[in-house]
Amino acid sequence: MSDTDGLVIAGEELGSRLIMGTGGAPSMAVLREALTASGTALTTVAMRRVDPSARGSVLDVLTECGIRVLPNTAGCFTAGEAVLTAKLAREALGTNWVKLEVIADERTLLPDPIELVEAAEQLVDDGFVVLPYTSDDPVLAHRLERIGCAAVMPLGSPIGSGLGIRNPHNIELIVERATVPVILDAGLGTASDAALAMELGCDAVLLATAVTRAQSPARMAAAMRHAVEGGRLARLAGRIPKRRYAQASSPFDGLATS
Amino acid sequence: MKVIVNGEPRELPDGASVAEVVASVTAAATGVAAALNDEVVRRAEWEATRLRDADRVEVLTAVQGG
Repeated sequence: MSDTDGLVIAGEELGSRLIMGTGGAPSMAVLREALTASGTALTTVAMRRVDPSARGSVLDVLTECGIRVLPNTAGCFTAGEAVLTAKLAREALGTNWVKLEVIADERTLLPDPIELVEAAEQLVDDGFVVLPYTSDDPVLAHRLERIGCAAVMPLGSPIGSGLGIRNPHNIELIVERATVPVILDAGLGTASDAALAMELGCDAVLLATAVTRAQSPARMAAAMRHAVEGGRLARLAGRIPKRRYAQASSPFDGLATS
Repeated sequence: MKVIVNGEPRELPDGASVAEVVASVTAAATGVAAALNDEVVRRAEWEATRLRDADRVEVLTAVQGG
C-alpha cells in the first residue's frame, strides 16, 4: 500500500476516499462550495418526482464540479421500490452504479436486512454495481459481499444522527473479513469520527449531514477531507499497541544524581 | 382518458404518448426517467409508447440526497 493509493470500486479508481452526499445543503451555492472543499470524486443524489417549480439542478452542480454521480434509493421501504428506483436512476443518469438503501422505518432509518438482500440480489443479477447501505452487522455485510455487491457500507450510527461510530468493534470485524471496499456510511458528526473510521480500516467514508448541516459547510468539508487522509495515513502507519502502564521514551541511563 | 402522472390525475387525449407526458412536466432534455405502471420506459421508447386509461406514469429526476 502506498500513501497515495486510490479507492478502487468495481475496478474503477476514484481520486478521493471521501464520498459526499448532497442532501441537506441549504442552497446549491453552499453545496458547490462544500463539494469543492471536500475534494470528493463521487457524490450521491436521490431520485424524486420532477418538480416543475424547482429552480437549479443538483446535476448541473455536479457537472460543473466534474464529480461523478452516485444515485441512491433513499426513501424506499421495499425491495420492489428500490429496484424500480435504481432502474429509473440508471435510465436518467446513465450509470449502473447505485447506493442501495432500503429502510425499515422513518424513526430510525435503519436498513431492513431482508428487503436489502432481496434488492441486492435482483440488482446484481441485472448488472448493477451495487453499493449497499447496511447495518453494522458483520454477518449481513458478508452476505451482501457474497451476493456480489461491489462494496459494503455499514452505518456508524443512524442517518443524520451525528452519533459517530457506536460499535467500532463490529466495523473492525467487517473490515477484517471483507474483500471488497468497506465504506463507513451514516452517522458521522465531526472530523474525528471520519478519522476513526479510516483508522479502523475502512476504505472510505460517505457522509452528508455532518457537512451540509454544519454551521460552516465548506469548512467542515475541508476538515473531513483532512480527517480521512489523516486516518488513512495512521492506518497505513500502524498505531502503537495500547499499554496498561507508562513506557518512558527517554532513557533512564545517564541521569544526573543528587 | 384519465391517467395518473406523478400521483396526480390528469385528463389526456386518447393515444397520448409517454413523451408528451414527460414534456408536460419538464423541459429538461437529460437527467429524467419515466416509468409506466412500475416498469421503466426507455427514452428511445417514449414516443412510441401510448398510454391507456388509468395508466400510472412516474417522471423522476435527481435531487439533493445523501
